[in-house]
Amino acid sequence: MYKYDTYDHQMVRERIAEFRDQVERRIDGRLTEDQFKPLRLMNGVYLQLHAYMLRVAIPYGTMNSAQLRVLGRIAREYDKGYGHFTTRTNIQYNWPALTDIPDILDELAAVEMHAIQTSGNCIRNVTTDPFAGAAADELEDGRPWAEIIRQWSTFHPEFTFLPRKFKIAVNGASEDRAGLRVHDIGLQLVKNEAGETGFEVWVGGGQGRTPRLGHRIRDFLEPRDLLSYLTAILRVYNQHGRRDNLYKARIKMLVEAIGPEEFARQTEAEWDEIRDSNLVLPAEEIARIRAFFDEPPAATGSAIPATGRADFAAWLRRNRRDHKVEGLSSVVISLKPIGGTPGDITDVQLEAVADLAEKFGFDEARATPDQNLVLPHVRNSDLEAVFDGLVAAGLATANAGLATDIVACPGLDYCALANARSIPIAQSISNLIEAEGLSDQVGDVTIKIDGCINACGHHHVAHIGVLGVDKRGEEFYQITLGGNFGKDASIGNIVGKGLAGEDVPAAIVRALNTYLEIRNEKERFIDTLRRVGPDAFKESIYAAA
Amino acid sequence: MKTITANRLTDGRVIYRTAEGEWTEDLARAERLADDATAEARLAEAEAEPAIAVGPYLIEIEDDAPGGQKWRREGIRLTGPTTGSTKTVNASRKAA
Repeated sequence: MYKYDTYDHQMVRERIAEFRDQVERRIDGRLTEDQFKPLRLMNGVYLQLHAYMLRVAIPYGTMNSAQLRVLGRIAREYDKGYGHFTTRTNIQYNWPALTDIPDILDELAAVEMHAIQTSGNCIRNVTTDPFAGAAADELEDGRPWAEIIRQWSTFHPEFTFLPRKFKIAVNGASEDRAGLRVHDIGLQLVKNEAGETGFEVWVGGGQGRTPRLGHRIRDFLEPRDLLSYLTAILRVYNQHGRRDNLYKARIKMLVEAIGPEEFARQTEAEWDEIRDSNLVLPAEEIARIRAFFDEPPAATGSAIPATGRADFAAWLRRNRRDHKVEGLSSVVISLKPIGGTPGDITDVQLEAVADLAEKFGFDEARATPDQNLVLPHVRNSDLEAVFDGLVAAGLATANAGLATDIVACPGLDYCALANARSIPIAQSISNLIEAEGLSDQVGDVTIKIDGCINACGHHHVAHIGVLGVDKRGEEFYQITLGGNFGKDASIGNIVGKGLAGEDVPAAIVRALNTYLEIRNEKERFIDTLRRVGPDAFKESIYAAA
Repeated sequence: MKTITANRLTDGRVIYRTAEGEWTEDLARAERLADDATAEARLAEAEAEPAIAVGPYLIEIEDDAPGGQKWRREGIRLTGPTTGSTKTVNASRKAA
């Protein structure tokens, strides 16, 4: 894991001191709210329906046990005993007092964490595959590249006031678990014909009001050129992005307006001017950053345990993943208990995960875009002990990737932007699917729910998406079908008129039953949907509405 | 009928303005404003107190509870997240 150097520590400490002063000046009236709001947002502090919300950055989703314990203590001491993991692999606290936030930031800084650039029109938290450095299908670990981008983009003076927020993802595996095609920039690690590693560059994807899939604008970018090429892309965007229209300000709208070929041409022209500048990444610097991300040692002879325990076997089947290193596995810690709030975790659970990561997980855990956690490196001989620890903590739900592994934004229960609630819909769907005993029968399917069109809950790229809308004070929910987050990314299509909240769970259950009736052998939900089209599913969704 | 709500500067909690010009978390103690001119005048007073309340605005009140088209949003602000219950999601306005 990356360790802060002197500069990192100094930057974060100075930023906290600055923010502490800004809070004091706001409280005593020297700053107005209009003056203060952009300052607090730059430090991850939002004002939501009930309270302030603090969004803490988790760079590329990676945490160690000391950090997890501090996250738990903050939940207990400054909040209401829980935090909420987001689809951007950050954690949010829903109830901190403004007057406590500088102290919270001090606690975070002590374990090399902060809330910088978790809001505002800047480059946000860089994400990668939550199984990076562990996945059996990995070409190369994406984390060192995400860290290089994090260092380059933090407090970057040229890119602090972009037309709109900007999200970058890196993926190093053959399967895309970072969602490259729905990012402003997606970087896929690839090998060229000479066997050298570099990046495929995708630009102009995103969700929100106008979901778009990104376009590949370069097939191969040498690692040395990573920062100069990113700079070129951002300069084209910074110059031509629509600052006059909030709804057209993201890079996806610029790429669409001028076309991906023209965007690529302008990027290449800009790049020609700077490619041999001081933005070139020296091989020594790449090696220095890579050295922070060592692979764990092989555990030769450590086999996946045979077990007579049905609960452990079910958890292994759903929540264990193959690891690139012999004798190790990765495991998903589901934050989706049946009927629970997706992504929520208590202070005690954060500490339990810290203990397991420290004892059995090479001191590392990850947050995922699905609002779950991962222990990326676990010896196979320790899997049962990890499972027992998760059972004790209430974190052993064996549903990773199943229909009850639902993603949901905070929605109208917390968010000032939301039009409708998300979490109670997720809870109702989860409860009904469980009651019907459908999860294991249906297998892999993604259900994602949003309370507004900003799509923090990623409903556009769900096999079954749910979007809450408000019609004269009543909540309605549009169902989308056919979205996908992975390598064959797609945007879901709305199937018809919105449903009342009370009708959504049964409608989804009917769609899942339709799949069971018409699927071919070993065909996933999304495969069946793509084969037969949406009509049969649409019919079942509205069958009793 | 209307009243004025905001978030408290120090901790962000939901507050309502009383007839005495103070702020309370108890909606029952909030001033009821029957006519638009008075409501706008009171709102202007509240906006002049930025060191206590952030972003004051008027909401509709019906039968001592938030009303109008924003009734659900303001109801959630008043009583907190509904995430502990899966029943309330199914409630229409009448049932709620």
